[in-house]
Amino acid sequence: MKTATRWFSRNLIRIYMVLGFSYLFVPVLYTFIFSFNDYVKSNLVWRGFTWNNWKQPCGVLDVCPALGNSIKIGLLATFIATILGTLIAFALGRYAFKGRAVTNTLIFLPMASPELVLGASLLTIFLNLGMNLGFWTIVIAHVMFCISFVVVTVKARIASLDPRLEQAAMDLYADERETFRRVTFPLVAPGIAGAALLAFSLSFDDFIITNFNSGTTITFPLYVYTHAERGLPAQANVIGSAMFFLALIIVVLGQVVSKKRKVGA
Amino acid sequence: MAAVVRASGTATSELKKKSLVPYLLLAPGLLWLALFFVAPIITLVGTATKTPGAGIGEFIQTYRWANYWDALTGASAQFGRSFLYAFIATLLALAIAYPLAYGIAFKSGKYKNILLVLVVAPFFCSFILRTIAWKQILGQNGPVYRTLLDLHLISSTTHLTASVPAVIIGLAYNFLPFMTLPLYGSLERIDPRVLEASGDLYANAFTTFRKVTVPLSMPGVVAGTLLTFIPAAGDYVNAEILGNPSTKMIGNVINAQFLNTQDYPTAAALSFILMIAISIMVMIYVRKAGTEELV
Amino acid sequence: MPDASTSAKGDLKLVNLTKSFGEFKAVDDLTLTIPEGSFFALLGPSGCGKTTTLRMIAGLEDPTSGKISIGSTDITDKRPYQRPVNTVFQNYALFPHLTIFENIAFGLRRRGIKDVKAQVDKVLNLVELPHLADRKPTQLSGGQQQRIAVARAIVNRPALLLLDEPLGALDLKLRRQMQIELKWIQTEVGLTFVHVTHDQEEAMTMADTIAVMNEGRIEQMGTPAELYDNPKTAFVANFLGQSNLIQGSIVDSDGDYHVVDLHGQKVKVLKSRTHSKTSSVLYAIRPEKLRIDTDGHIRPGNVFKGGHIVDVSYIGVSTQYQVEMPWGQEIMVFEQNDDGIPPLDKGDEVTLTFEPAFAFALDGSQDATAGSEVNPEEE
Repeated sequence: MKTATRWFSRNLIRIYMVLGFSYLFVPVLYTFIFSFNDYVKSNLVWRGFTWNNWKQPCGVLDVCPALGNSIKIGLLATFIATILGTLIAFALGRYAFKGRAVTNTLIFLPMASPELVLGASLLTIFLNLGMNLGFWTIVIAHVMFCISFVVVTVKARIASLDPRLEQAAMDLYADERETFRRVTFPLVAPGIAGAALLAFSLSFDDFIITNFNSGTTITFPLYVYTHAERGLPAQANVIGSAMFFLALIIVVLGQVVSKKRKVGA
Repeated sequence: MAAVVRASGTATSELKKKSLVPYLLLAPGLLWLALFFVAPIITLVGTATKTPGAGIGEFIQTYRWANYWDALTGASAQFGRSFLYAFIATLLALAIAYPLAYGIAFKSGKYKNILLVLVVAPFFCSFILRTIAWKQILGQNGPVYRTLLDLHLISSTTHLTASVPAVIIGLAYNFLPFMTLPLYGSLERIDPRVLEASGDLYANAFTTFRKVTVPLSMPGVVAGTLLTFIPAAGDYVNAEILGNPSTKMIGNVINAQFLNTQDYPTAAALSFILMIAISIMVMIYVRKAGTEELV
Repeated sequence: MPDASTSAKGDLKLVNLTKSFGEFKAVDDLTLTIPEGSFFALLGPSGCGKTTTLRMIAGLEDPTSGKISIGSTDITDKRPYQRPVNTVFQNYALFPHLTIFENIAFGLRRRGIKDVKAQVDKVLNLVELPHLADRKPTQLSGGQQQRIAVARAIVNRPALLLLDEPLGALDLKLRRQMQIELKWIQTEVGLTFVHVTHDQEEAMTMADTIAVMNEGRIEQMGTPAELYDNPKTAFVANFLGQSNLIQGSIVDSDGDYHVVDLHGQKVKVLKSRTHSKTSSVLYAIRPEKLRIDTDGHIRPGNVFKGGHIVDVSYIGVSTQYQVEMPWGQEIMVFEQNDDGIPPLDKGDEVTLTFEPAFAFALDGSQDATAGSEVNPEEE
């Protein structure tokens, strides 16, 4: 009786996990399957299997330029946000200074504000300043909402660093600069890499804030959204699936590398 | 924050004092946030009190604070709907994510890291694409609808999409990883010995869960529900793709007024009200939940 | 790096060293000289200021006031990397991203030393782990990490090696082995070791000189034997081993001895072992110095009459008794199990005897339990 209950409770969690992951992956799987659909105008009904969409991912008008914009914006925003956010994280993690509470609030608020408000308020100021909306306004917006996530990620890494490691370096004749270069930075670097990956995926996938500040520039999510009404080409599914697998490979490789590093040669 | 100071313990010299360096480190990032986060919010407050000028899309600052009231009363239904949908979606996401996080934390052994990656993985396939996928899965031509129809569980007049449940399911789906990760974070930190101790002290599995596991995972519950509720309340993509005209949320209204009708004052007023309303709810919630550390 | 490091040699001198954290004085006006080449232990309970003292010597904590010097060189205001001092950290603080070789080479490289490889190999041989050079710290066992931490410090041949609870993370058996090994390494390399610990056995095994610290001050300093045989305060008497402390007063003199009245019973104590300025004393005797005599066989010397056994613990090599005295106090007695006589029983009436020369007397105004209730678990 007791073992039966235990068996049930243990497997209940397993069953539940399978269901939960199915819920998460059903749309991804659907997107993937329909990337092989031999569609005519809109990719709604299954018409048979084809490799064509994967062979010609740019076979539809505008889809690849949109993807290109997303990648360019994503890389640029990630680069800027990672630098700015990492600097803030080091200030918060390594120094005592006045204005710490204000800084923390300023970092927290963008994460706690609905994207809609962020996008709308930025649009308001761009309009008031008479700025042309487009590539650069999107970059500005993406850097803004990515900074906080970078700060939080890198700060957590710095906080988990044993202060004795830096003390040990100082004890072993490394001055402040050498200690940072040889010990602090290499140990925080994986956190920075993780933060950059997070920033890129946030930027790449952003729709709401981008939609407010894009002007006539089209990113990949904007492309998908505007074409959803008229019927989405399967090439969008191809790109979505490809990005999914690419990201998965990067994450898995990252884990393998970090594990290998930990374990050593 | 507090953790950093605590980590350095008695070593107060660890945090270097009276230096210009931290301000130099902070300056560029905070300047960016000041220019493109704080200033826009302030501008938003100002824009909301403008009134229409001569041309379309032209507005003059007249400090008409009544705009806020007008905007609020004009969109009260959508406000109510937004918070209701977001609330139900948050509960749904919590119900789905808690066992998931629990399973990953305690029952997955060496597969823990892989499962964690899988929780975030759907993020990498565009959010809009996945929402559209839901629409097609649940739509007239989709497998779910067909199956239910064949089983005579629904009639051909029933719609699965363009409905309130579809919007809520979409919202819960979209923010599920935001719910799962913080829950996992706080569950994972629980020492399994504490759970064993509870069992040793005559608590059965359910009582242990209720009296030990749940209270210890509260920080994760608070963080997860906030990370789900806040974006869900401001979302309009799910309502747009999976809903119908009577499921419009406040996000749809603000979006339309900004980008279609170009009624900037009303849109600005609504955005600001939304932000304040969410902030107040968050503050009350956090105080009730008794958690201070959010970041 | 600036090679003030190797030039400074000599005794370590702490003069009026004080460290305050707000109102709290972690280290209180400490003056101390540690001779070159010695193995010195700072022993005390958690929070006694021993780790803070060590961190100030290493340069990781700035003293509130006072001076630190090595030989004739004042190092008080030097940065950690400018001091000829290396530390074996608690939990070792090995760099997780570097190999064992690079961990050990770290200090040599910073100082721009040429033959890094030869020196690292030499020290790896000294700690008998040359085969681990290419591993990462996480692949090593606790004992191996400990030895690498020592190697990483001594490869620099500092004037002073600081050890902060170096064996705290190891299990008992390994700790014993490492104690012997550390002592051997110290004799081998001939450096000054300053060792911080809360474990009295560890301090006594390794150190030539022990300073017992309490509340930021040094209670007593001396060789392990001096401290154990002739403690000068109740804290030392209780913290190093166990002591029976009985309130009494000096009533008479008899040659080299004081005669002390303990609740009506008269016993003797050597004047040279009496550390009280007044006649009020805490009369002290170690549990293993007491003998139990049943009726008839009363041995000569000091005698406590009228005790009865209230508790017996048989622990193999010895038996530990709690004996209640007529004045209500319980006295501890450790008897070696070397006579083949079975242990006595609860309730047995006994007389305790001991050599007067073993007793010592402390200032009677002290708390008789000082140092006995401290939790030895550090941090």
